[in-house]
Amino acid sequence: MTRTVPERSSVSVTDPTRSTAPPAAASSHEDGAAVRSQTPRRRRRFGTPRTWVRGGGLTSLLFLLPMLLIFGAFSWYPIVRTVIMSLQHTNLVQPATWVGLDNFRTVLNDPLFPIALKNTGYFALLALIFGYPIPLAAAVLMSEARRFRGIYSALAYLPVVIPPVVAVLLWKTFYDASPQGVFNSILGWVHLGPYPWLQSQSWAMPSLVMESTWANAGGTIIIYLAALTGVNRELYEAAAVDGAGLWHKVWHITMPQLRGVLLVTLILQIIGTAQVFLEPFLFTSGGPTNSTMTIMLLIYNYAFGNSLGGDYGAATALSLMLAGFLALLSLVYLRVTRSWST
Amino acid sequence: MKSRSITGVVAALTAAGLLASCSSSGTKAASSGSPTAKTSAPAAEKVSISVASLLPGSTPAAVKQFQAQVAEFEKAYPTIKIKSEQYQWTGPTFAAKLAAGTLPTVFTVPFTDGRTLGENGQLADLTSQAKALPYFSKYNPQVIAEGTTSDGKVIALPTAAYAQALHYNRTLFKQAGLDPDKPPTTWDEVVADAKQITAKTGKAGFAEMGKNDNSAGWILTTLAYSLGGRMETGTGKASKATLNNDKTKQALQILHKMRWDDKSMGSNFDYGWSDINQAFSAGKVGMYVSGSDVFNSLVSTDKIDASIYGLSTIPIASDPNAGVLGGGTLAAVRPDAKDAEKAAAVKWIDFYYEQPLVDQQGAVRNAQTLKASNQPVGTPALPVFDKAQYDLANTWIKSYINVPQAQMKSFTDNVFGQKLAAEPAASTQSVYHALDTVVQAVLTQQGANIDSLLQSANDSAQSAISQGK
Repeated sequence: MTRTVPERSSVSVTDPTRSTAPPAAASSHEDGAAVRSQTPRRRRRFGTPRTWVRGGGLTSLLFLLPMLLIFGAFSWYPIVRTVIMSLQHTNLVQPATWVGLDNFRTVLNDPLFPIALKNTGYFALLALIFGYPIPLAAAVLMSEARRFRGIYSALAYLPVVIPPVVAVLLWKTFYDASPQGVFNSILGWVHLGPYPWLQSQSWAMPSLVMESTWANAGGTIIIYLAALTGVNRELYEAAAVDGAGLWHKVWHITMPQLRGVLLVTLILQIIGTAQVFLEPFLFTSGGPTNSTMTIMLLIYNYAFGNSLGGDYGAATALSLMLAGFLALLSLVYLRVTRSWST
Repeated sequence: MKSRSITGVVAALTAAGLLASCSSSGTKAASSGSPTAKTSAPAAEKVSISVASLLPGSTPAAVKQFQAQVAEFEKAYPTIKIKSEQYQWTGPTFAAKLAAGTLPTVFTVPFTDGRTLGENGQLADLTSQAKALPYFSKYNPQVIAEGTTSDGKVIALPTAAYAQALHYNRTLFKQAGLDPDKPPTTWDEVVADAKQITAKTGKAGFAEMGKNDNSAGWILTTLAYSLGGRMETGTGKASKATLNNDKTKQALQILHKMRWDDKSMGSNFDYGWSDINQAFSAGKVGMYVSGSDVFNSLVSTDKIDASIYGLSTIPIASDPNAGVLGGGTLAAVRPDAKDAEKAAAVKWIDFYYEQPLVDQQGAVRNAQTLKASNQPVGTPALPVFDKAQYDLANTWIKSYINVPQAQMKSFTDNVFGQKLAAEPAASTQSVYHALDTVVQAVLTQQGANIDSLLQSANDSAQSAISQGK
């Protein structure tokens, strides 16, 4: 309070000078700016430019500049361009025309859109069922191992080290649907198959999820292993004294202790699977008969699927809708899980 | 915790924005040329252009030979400087490069896209430069039409033409007890031979491109054409889609029979253009349909054992409309090229692509180049000019021919008797894309309802046509 009083009085001093100043002086731009910069709201927030400079503001700006420029050029400017382009019709060669929300309408009316939405949801669901518990179980088992723990984690992490495109192309060979294919041969030894893998509308998506789980589990396992080292061993010892078995220890100690990490990996996985692209793109191009067409692949197809130059408006419109949906989902998720996470 | 998930969302936004970022630079690059396009440089001034050279991954010998041709060109035209860039036309990369303005000054596109790109203003207008070529009037009218817009602007020059053809594995034919010198001449025979090959060798008797990248639709269109069907009537945006015609249905029923009754199509149905070449070269496929010039790729990319290769014509039904689907390659120029660049570009197109077809010296030089780098010479093509010129050019290079032309006799003896039909003119890629889904359904779903699949494909093709997509 004591600080704001003199500020207010300074306003009452400067304002009259401004109004009574001769027109020539008032019209000078610098004077006007000086006066405006002394208005109470700005001053309360940032101080005067002089105090800002004295407080090291220039130095901070200088240090911030590289990051601002890089983020600006490669992150924020593209986002702004995306918003602009979603309202335009353009082939990026001829001048763009404004079309309002037409692109959003095009996407929402596209018969492929509900299919892609359903498929993305299906992928996310399958990935959640298989991809979420498997790394957790593996991490818990590995942390219980007394020997070779390093080898186990190296083996688990190996798929993450393989470049994703190479991994997919490798699995594509494994998924050869002829009886001579790798998986079909192996399953043939126990009199199973041959299975169609990628060549069937009902098999294609689960096949994609299997590869994706294999490829991504390693990273999550490492996170869980790190989190597990933070769990106080005394809790397990106390539980053991009380007669708890492995399952009880996991359920009553490990899970609650990992709660925070589990919640983070869950939302990260949902965000990741909602943007699944690599697997359907390289394995199936969205086929057979659009059974693996996902939202991201649809965006790609809008933009690059037609060799004549794509529908960049529709692609950016759907990108924005996806980003908006994920932002909203994350917010709701954080709100809902706030009380559980810590 | 909060910042983590926000990072996730930012990542999502960034991914979305990437699309914009790579293309936004293109707007600038592409438009920067146009305001100055009118100011043409004086004739004597040096002009520098970039040209599409060889496929990425070409052998050092091939690259050296290409550079030798560049040197020869620069000697003949001292004011023009050539910068070569490796180039391969694929749908997605072409669209991206076009949008980003990173195509070389001279590049190639398939017949499929030339006219529409031209109508959309995405290619340079070459009318005056092209018409100055001494042989311009001699182009096969049907072929030069592929590089001419509806208002008569020449936007690309044809460099090669092909007809769809039946490629077959002579070794598998022999193993199946079939005569490799007597490939099937009707679709019934194709079905029967495929069945026999599968029964005797366990390999796919007949395989078909089934990829969702327009190749499945392209081959289905070939089959439908050969039975007398057409995918469109009319011209331009007013065209009527006729994908659901009886002949397309008949073609699908033939595929359905081979796939489900005879089980003669193997186990993989998602081949793209290069995948099926690979599978064929590896001896996994008895017969398949692709362009007549595909042998060039089988040699340079898939290292095929040439002795297994056989080439024949597509069986043509007795229907008066029945014909063979043709196609080819066009050389085109960036839309933002200045006049001096356009003139230089057409000189390069003339030197590199057209002289081997019209001029003995050019033909011999080209054949020497190819043979020296062990690339095929003499693979059958269709005439870009007239048949007499084509035959004449072939006599010039006779001593350089290194492909097994005897194994291609069924094709070369019969192709000129076939009625050649151009690809669907309006929204070609969209028409093919609509058919992709139908082919995939028939090949992966025994109970696929062909009528309703064709109806919905027709609807989506029609909507693409009327929107000019």
